[in-house]
Amino acid sequence: MARVNVTVDGISYSDDVEPRLLLVQYLRERLGKVGTVIGCDTSNCGACTVSLNGKSVKSCSVLAVQADGGDVVTVEGLAGADGSLHPIQQAFHDKHALQCGFCTPGMMMAARDLLAENPNPTEDEVREGIEGNLCRCTGYQNIVAAVQAAGQAMAASEGANA
Amino acid sequence: MTAVEERPAAEIGQARKRKEDRHLITGATTWTDNLVLPGMLHLAILRSPMAHAKIVSIDVSPALQRPGVIAAFSGQDFADTQGVIPCAWPVTPDMVNPGHPSLAVSTVNHVGEAVAVIAARDKASAQDALEAIEIEYEPLPVVLDMAAAVAEGADLVHAHTESNKSYTWTFESGTAGTGESIEDALANAEVTVRRRFIQQRLIPAFMEPRSTVVQPVGDGFTMWSATQVPHILRTMLALTLGVPEHKVRVIAPDVGGGFGGKLQVTPEEVITTLVARKLGKPAKYTESRSESLMSAHHGRDQIQDITITAKRDGTVTGLDVHLLADMGAYLRLVSPGVPVLGAFMFNAIYKFAAYRFVAEGVFTNKTPTDAYRGAGRPEATFAIERIMDELAHELGMDPMELRQRNWIKHEEFPFTTVCGLVYDSGNYEAATEQAMQLIGWDELKAERERRRAGKDPVQLGLGISTFTEMCGLAPSRVLGSLDYAAGGWENAAIRVLATGKVEVVTGASAHGQGHETAWSQIVADQLGVPFEDVEVIHGDTQSSPKGLDTYGSRSLAVGGIAVVKAAEKVVAKARKIAAHMLEASEDDLEFTGGSFKVKGVPGEGKSIQEIAFAAFAAHDLPDGMEPSLDADATFDPESFSFPHGTHLCAIEIDTETGFAKIRKYVCVDDVGQVINPLIVEGQVHGGLAQGIAQALYEEAVYDDDGNLTTGTFVDYLVPSAADLPSFTTGRTISPSTTNPLGVKGVGEAGTIASTPAVVNAVVDALRPWGINDVQMPCTPERIWRALSQGAQTSDRAAEGTVAYGGASTATSDGTSEGAGDQL
Repeated sequence: MARVNVTVDGISYSDDVEPRLLLVQYLRERLGKVGTVIGCDTSNCGACTVSLNGKSVKSCSVLAVQADGGDVVTVEGLAGADGSLHPIQQAFHDKHALQCGFCTPGMMMAARDLLAENPNPTEDEVREGIEGNLCRCTGYQNIVAAVQAAGQAMAASEGANA
Repeated sequence: MTAVEERPAAEIGQARKRKEDRHLITGATTWTDNLVLPGMLHLAILRSPMAHAKIVSIDVSPALQRPGVIAAFSGQDFADTQGVIPCAWPVTPDMVNPGHPSLAVSTVNHVGEAVAVIAARDKASAQDALEAIEIEYEPLPVVLDMAAAVAEGADLVHAHTESNKSYTWTFESGTAGTGESIEDALANAEVTVRRRFIQQRLIPAFMEPRSTVVQPVGDGFTMWSATQVPHILRTMLALTLGVPEHKVRVIAPDVGGGFGGKLQVTPEEVITTLVARKLGKPAKYTESRSESLMSAHHGRDQIQDITITAKRDGTVTGLDVHLLADMGAYLRLVSPGVPVLGAFMFNAIYKFAAYRFVAEGVFTNKTPTDAYRGAGRPEATFAIERIMDELAHELGMDPMELRQRNWIKHEEFPFTTVCGLVYDSGNYEAATEQAMQLIGWDELKAERERRRAGKDPVQLGLGISTFTEMCGLAPSRVLGSLDYAAGGWENAAIRVLATGKVEVVTGASAHGQGHETAWSQIVADQLGVPFEDVEVIHGDTQSSPKGLDTYGSRSLAVGGIAVVKAAEKVVAKARKIAAHMLEASEDDLEFTGGSFKVKGVPGEGKSIQEIAFAAFAAHDLPDGMEPSLDADATFDPESFSFPHGTHLCAIEIDTETGFAKIRKYVCVDDVGQVINPLIVEGQVHGGLAQGIAQALYEEAVYDDDGNLTTGTFVDYLVPSAADLPSFTTGRTISPSTTNPLGVKGVGEAGTIASTPAVVNAVVDALRPWGINDVQMPCTPERIWRALSQGAQTSDRAAEGTVAYGGASTATSDGTSEGAGDQL
């Protein structure tokens, strides 16, 4: 067993874990953070994407112990404390960027990272940027539109706050 | 109480954002795998690495020594209790069904077949212990190639059957009296074109892997499962396991996509039930993606021999279809019926005089096939839309002109086809004209000619698909005539609560389609209540006890109509109370905007909410009236509805690399009246992605030993955002005449239509090289090989590897022998 200290969605946790335990398993099975899901076993689908220390990672490809001392944000930590939706969540809703919703947590976390690096991406940049996340329902068109809209909304709100 | 102020503008037709989204975008989801119950055991399944073998011996006891393991079972432990996986569609009286055990007992018949199960305290312990199971196999000959499987003296998949053929299903218009004799059409043809098309094997690849939790309850059980069909599952589990149906409750919580892939009674669901009941403990099984790809049912997989006859002027006369359809190793829920669902769609929108359809179901040592988005209709649409292009080429005619010459004119609806189906409505001219404008068809044609003339290394291909499909499965009498075991009705119930809020219980079980939103819109209009005041309940056989679930583009066209019918009953009850309250005759009342008013009398009437409270209080109801507005309805459609559309694809082919890139994709779909354009658009997009994926990316490939070599998402190429274009969509509206909302289906349209549009575009680009077919998926390698080898070899486009996965596809059942064979 190995000790892992980690902050997830603003809460600190300390657990003894098997060294082989994946971060996604730790989130789901130990912390009950089941908003993050597992869609494959080869790190292709991106459904398990979370933010680790500000960068999006596929949490099936990170060991829980690698997150020791880290700060994890999952889909469950996106909305404000008052329940207000994050601009990405709002955009996914507004643009009908989800159907079954299974890929959505990972897709939104990947989009969050993409927009942090490139606040105003072109359509092609979005398509390349979320290439590591598979969706079987939407054909991606509305997801691309949602990511672009979220980027604009975030820029506008930052502009307003400046 | 006061009447509601102003009823919202008509909800139907509004692009309402979905009610379903909030919990999905905040991670407050209820996927089956999320569920944890006290004392719950975790299961892992040992799967066969052999495509065909005898199980000489199996010993699960060493696994019991492993940490955390509670129990382990082989097929022998459940041989007497597991029954067989049900097949609800015996398409012919003499269909051979070899029987499908959930856990293999004496032989294994495909790689990935379940042979043993371990129950442990946690999932990792269960999976770790799989390696401790001792099992010895004796290999048997592996049958993979459909053509070889039905040849004389072929090795058998199932030793106890006489051949590898499950059934032969035929239809012939002359015999059926719905058209002329196909033999006459063939004999008298001025022009005949014959082609062999390959519908490669696909995998539905829903994003949420299948998961099942079973909790024993008394002498029955409750199952949570990632299923499209909780109601069918309940009935079938009861029949399969001998548990009385009223002791079985099935819950489909949040379900992450299905596309037909979760229209099943799975071995894993049966196994989980058997173990949970045996141990008296809740048990959970969740598959890995690799397990999913090799054991959840596959789709398509047909060899299609298509002959079309025509007059020299381009008038089509006859269509002769002969299919070999790969069932895989076993028959599952509707495996044999999938090709039959396509039987009435090969003639498509064209006025054939004569038609024959022969489908042979064939067993091979592969994963069973069953429904996948479109189920039979994509296969049919592909074949007809491809052969129309080949006929046009043979005639030296423009492929669009050929279609226009032969399709049903809009003034000819309702139209009875050569199969005897009555198409309700449509306007192929309007959809096509709009699509051609949206894509700039004439300019693209000019550009194509320029590139051809200039020998541009990047060639442009233009592809057409003018499709129709059969939606709203299904009139129960029709299903009966096709020997399907169940009906095709749908049920809905509406409960009006004391405060005027409304609960709608539907038997359609959504898994991403947006029923909660669409049904709320329908009920809001029917009852005149606010959209927000409607709650839709589904997916639990205890709370929504009656239904036939979601598949076959049926939810709105059947389930939505049941909602309308239930609402009409609610209004009829409310009318009685309103008349009593207003001291008027029922006949003198009008119901608009959620209120009953006396015709011609100004002033306030009685709102549905006031009437709901009056019914609840029951202080002063008409004599003999029960104190309730609640009603339910079961709707059985009398006929199908037939959406249609025109899809146009412009594709750029780099002739030096074989890379194909869709430059523009335009579709104009006519799905009848639209309840929610946002949802319709989303369904079209997703459908297009899956149809385009068949054309360009996806293929389930087996090696010579029967191993699935595309068993992960590394090799099975579900397209990403970077692999797909942005779609341009348009719409025409030809209201269905077979239901009161005028709606058709939309869930499968994009998938059905898009595949031939893309492949026609690919072939169009390659015509100057004498190429008239490229086998799907049209990978860069296949296109490059076709270009390099020219027109000399007929099977040039059949060989090659899947785009990026490196899996060989050079199997004999994949050859396009006969391509180029124009008679």
